[in-house]
Amino acid sequence: MKPFTYERAGSPAEAAAAAARVQGARFIAGGTNLLDLMKLQIETPTHLIDVNGLALDSIEATQEGGLRIGALVRNTDLAADARVRRDYALLSRALLAGASGQLRNKATTAGNLMQRTRCPYFYDTNQPCNKRQPGSGCAAIGGFSRPLAVVGSSEACIATNPGDMAVAMRALGAVVETVKPDGTTRSIPIAEFHRLPGDTPHVETALERGELITAVTLPPPVGGTHIYRKVRDRASYAFALVSVAAIVQRDGTGRVALGGVAPKPWRVEAAEAELPRGARAATAAILDGARPTHENAFKIPLVERTLGAVLAQARG
Amino acid sequence: MKFDTPATTNPIDQMQVVGHPLNRIDGPLKTTGRAPYAYERHDAVPNQAYGYVIGAAIAKGRITAMDLSAARAAPGVLAIVTAENAGPLGKGNYNVAKLLGGPEVEHYHQAIAIVVAATFEQARAAAYLVKVDYAESQGAFDLAGAKAAGLGPSQATPDARVGDFAHAFAAAPVQLDATYTTPDQSHSMMEPHASLAAWDGDRVVVWTSNQMIDWSTGDLARTLNMPKEKVRLISPFIGGGFGGKLWLRTDAVLAALGARAARRPVKVALTRPLIPNNTTRRAATIQRIRIGATQDGKISAIGHESWSGNLLGGHPENAVEQTRLLYAGANRLTGTRLAQLDLTEGNSMRAPGEAPGLMALEIAMDEMAEKLGMDPVEFRAINDTQVDPSNPDRPFSRRQLVECLRLGAERFGWVGRSARPGTRREGQWLVGMGMASGFRNNVVMRSGARVRLDGQGVVTVETDMTDIGTGSYTIIAQTAAEMMGVAMDKVVVRLGDSAFPASAGSGGQWGGNSSTAGVYAACVKLRETVAQKIGLNSADAVFEDGQVRTGNRQVSLAEAAGESGLVAEDTIEFGDLAKRFQESTFAGHFVEVGVDAATGEVRVRRMLAVCAAGRILNPKTARSQVIGAMTMGVGGALVEELALDKRRGFFVNHDLAGYEVPVHADIPHQEVIFLDEVDEMSSPMKAKGVGELGLCGVAAAVANAIYNATGVRVRDYPITLDKYLDRLPEVA
Amino acid sequence: MTKVSFTVNGQAVALSLDTRTTLLDALREHLQLTGSKKGCDHGQCGACTVMVNGRRINSCLSLAVMHEGNEVTTIEGLGSPESMHPMQDAFVRHDGYQCGYCTPGQICSSVAILEEIKAGIPSHVSADLNAQPRVTPEEIRERMSGNICRCGAYSNIVDAITEVAGRQA
Repeated sequence: MKPFTYERAGSPAEAAAAAARVQGARFIAGGTNLLDLMKLQIETPTHLIDVNGLALDSIEATQEGGLRIGALVRNTDLAADARVRRDYALLSRALLAGASGQLRNKATTAGNLMQRTRCPYFYDTNQPCNKRQPGSGCAAIGGFSRPLAVVGSSEACIATNPGDMAVAMRALGAVVETVKPDGTTRSIPIAEFHRLPGDTPHVETALERGELITAVTLPPPVGGTHIYRKVRDRASYAFALVSVAAIVQRDGTGRVALGGVAPKPWRVEAAEAELPRGARAATAAILDGARPTHENAFKIPLVERTLGAVLAQARG
Repeated sequence: MKFDTPATTNPIDQMQVVGHPLNRIDGPLKTTGRAPYAYERHDAVPNQAYGYVIGAAIAKGRITAMDLSAARAAPGVLAIVTAENAGPLGKGNYNVAKLLGGPEVEHYHQAIAIVVAATFEQARAAAYLVKVDYAESQGAFDLAGAKAAGLGPSQATPDARVGDFAHAFAAAPVQLDATYTTPDQSHSMMEPHASLAAWDGDRVVVWTSNQMIDWSTGDLARTLNMPKEKVRLISPFIGGGFGGKLWLRTDAVLAALGARAARRPVKVALTRPLIPNNTTRRAATIQRIRIGATQDGKISAIGHESWSGNLLGGHPENAVEQTRLLYAGANRLTGTRLAQLDLTEGNSMRAPGEAPGLMALEIAMDEMAEKLGMDPVEFRAINDTQVDPSNPDRPFSRRQLVECLRLGAERFGWVGRSARPGTRREGQWLVGMGMASGFRNNVVMRSGARVRLDGQGVVTVETDMTDIGTGSYTIIAQTAAEMMGVAMDKVVVRLGDSAFPASAGSGGQWGGNSSTAGVYAACVKLRETVAQKIGLNSADAVFEDGQVRTGNRQVSLAEAAGESGLVAEDTIEFGDLAKRFQESTFAGHFVEVGVDAATGEVRVRRMLAVCAAGRILNPKTARSQVIGAMTMGVGGALVEELALDKRRGFFVNHDLAGYEVPVHADIPHQEVIFLDEVDEMSSPMKAKGVGELGLCGVAAAVANAIYNATGVRVRDYPITLDKYLDRLPEVA
Repeated sequence: MTKVSFTVNGQAVALSLDTRTTLLDALREHLQLTGSKKGCDHGQCGACTVMVNGRRINSCLSLAVMHEGNEVTTIEGLGSPESMHPMQDAFVRHDGYQCGYCTPGQICSSVAILEEIKAGIPSHVSADLNAQPRVTPEEIRERMSGNICRCGAYSNIVDAITEVAGRQA
């Protein structure tokens, strides 16, 4: 871990301004992923801006009938919030399927959106990795790729987004609110928040330099049956092989987002029209264009089977 | 004391203390965080500096240049030791690759430097400033490729043959010929390898985390080219080992070298991401098993060949060990084939040989039972043998395998198992049961102890025996309490110090039986000393309630010891009983699993182990050994695999997120039954090992249960859903 | 160097630390409270679990300087060999440990999960998100899954927690 200076931010706008001012500055909230990566010198900030003191830790109803989740709301608190449990069960379930109790107590809403891939080659600084060191190559292609992406990947990177929360948010149609260093704010639909790797896999989100996430808003509840099904090798405290976040209505229509299969939470709205026709048709449409490796090709039938089980469960 | 005739009645048989399920005497220290592990010895010496180990970035080749200048100039840096500046180093007897590599690199993450700084943060940061240039060379990493190229037995380890296997197998009316694979595994003990070294002139003391104090003291002396007498190892608490800490490893060597260079005490712990590729592994195997039987299920031919890989100078994983002994059969072939691979050293991990061997053999037995249309328990029972099948004149000392299997079947409700696989469904779950035999040889090792009796009647045992979670502290105290006739609170046990008599150490499940036998021997001598001191005939003396008496004369031990106290030291040495008798331990493992019909996820629902392992010295700690091993067995069956990148020659998933071991949610309530057994051939304690037995066969029982649940046979571990998803029934 | 003050097991401490120092290393190296263990240093094992302001966290993934004014409770604060916390005592009697290295983290989590259940925080295995969770073996296993025990004492740990929960109820 390289030496860094440390400050506690006074307000979101000040934090953003400070981040823009100091080269190599990073925000730190829960720190559960950033410190992990700093210890390995995969992240090497020169300055840390502690945003934990900002009053961004509440969950409030929006005028539209949705919820505004402060960036610093801890995963535990978000999952346990009575409104979330009642109206956005998908989100509670996704959060509770992730990490461990200890990590959820620390991890924040914004930090969770920002978590980086768990690709083991990204984690080993002896190995080439275009995401960690642009232009160095991708050791995962042709290597140990069982946990990695089958769709949305590129010649430069086949890393998977490891999140659970973001998958649910993608299905829920969340919007990420930010403040920029100049004090202006903007709203980024979650679909546009995470970027596909293309030939710039080191660019992972739509955030600009110094831009700080202040909240995530959820649109009004859409009802339906909420199911988050995470499939993993061990029963808990593991990243998904695949996960299915589904909201299914009584008439068989619904929404589906996938985790564990792509560089970002994977949802193809146009494919959702296939849902009433069943898991096979829907999976084919959602994973259209998939390019799995021989080690992770199983994820495609696994998605189909998991989605099938989810749809059956939703039918009750 | 020489143990060369079967044990007769002795004070241990009183079972006043031994054999009781006592709480661990070190429990309050461990549960309150007061048990000090190697890296935590702030009390040991002042002015400790911090070391950070750098691992090689390539699997094979040479270091062409190391630029230390930036690291040397970094804040707080006190010293950097590399092979270039360390001075001449020897090599220990027990490690294959050098523990400080360079310029040759023998495997990925081989240690090539230690950076010592005033703080941990400084040492870690400076380590990343060391620039290393390499010339990579082509390594060999592919076991399957070596096998395909025709790798055969070596002269050092020729095949073992009994009868005429080839003819008998060809003639057998029922045959199985199947190949199984087990992956590389990592011990993944919770405490990383750690050492604190401090020099005093030409002497060094190392507080470390090590299972075998005497071996490692010798090996550190050899590595540092100094007399063994000038090296002291202290290891009273060890945060798990499982075979990974049997040896001197780089933490101890580099702490010592770092401390010498920095001229102050240095402590170092291997970072978790370094451990899988830097330390030893359980080597992957490819195992071909052939079984031939008569129509009524009698095995007529059994063959087991195992391929594994290791560094030059390393040994094969002896996965055929149990097949020589477990089942009857007149015609037998067993053998190992060793490929040279440039991966970190393959060496002992809990139950080396039998653990991976039974993973394969006990699936094969399940497959064979099905071919024969026999119940798997019955098939094993009718092929029981009470003698070494290779040498019928050599009986087992005590063998209750069939009793384990029958009792297990009864207790587990085996009768409820459907013989037809894939037929039991409970909601989303396909449910099945599986079983396997457990087998692990009992090894005995010479073991010494010193026992002191003081003027307060307190008995203090000193031995370099270690407690790696096995319960050594407690069973040694129980042994001394039983032998000297004192209460447990009158016994103090001091372990893990090379200043104490050399013991068996902890490995190969020999530690419990052997080390308590050593304490027994020392206590016998102390009893004689006490009797002699007060003029009694030791043969008649009764030691009870803190008193020693014969006839109507009674003296308290405190009084007998007097102000100056008494001390006795002895070593148990084992004769040829283990050659005349085959000493082994046995188990029946039973498992019920649910397999998610859609996703293929496996969840273990019930587990039972019935063990026959001689006298159980403490049923509470012994049971813990077995449930822990069963847990590791579930890991081996379902998740554990070091993922090998054959292009780059390293294990990719080298941390505890990537290398998955079971978590709480993977493990159901576990049942353990110990058969009432004593084994007079094993030691005066009449005990045998149990800590590895609990692992042997578990993974196969899980595998067989998955087959019973799904009708899908997977022969490659770990049994992850990707290997059989396409063979599960369609999702409704 | 940055100054930070917090309380550990009720005692106020003031430290001047390299900003890179984790809470775990502040406890282990600076305060010499070595009960909290470093098993992986990356949030992958749970051996470093401590309570901060009543909540359990991985102290290895937290910078000490970020804990200004916090109340930290470690295994040493729960009890001592002479006066064990009921959970520590239950671990001893149920043999809920072997090598002992993950044990302080297991015990801190054990105490914390019973509070989490009481507070109505649901888990992955809670059948009904909107119902008060109960202390069942399944709930305990899921909530304890962030604490790895390689010795495999899980079955006994669940027994110990179940017993303590039963006495509290």
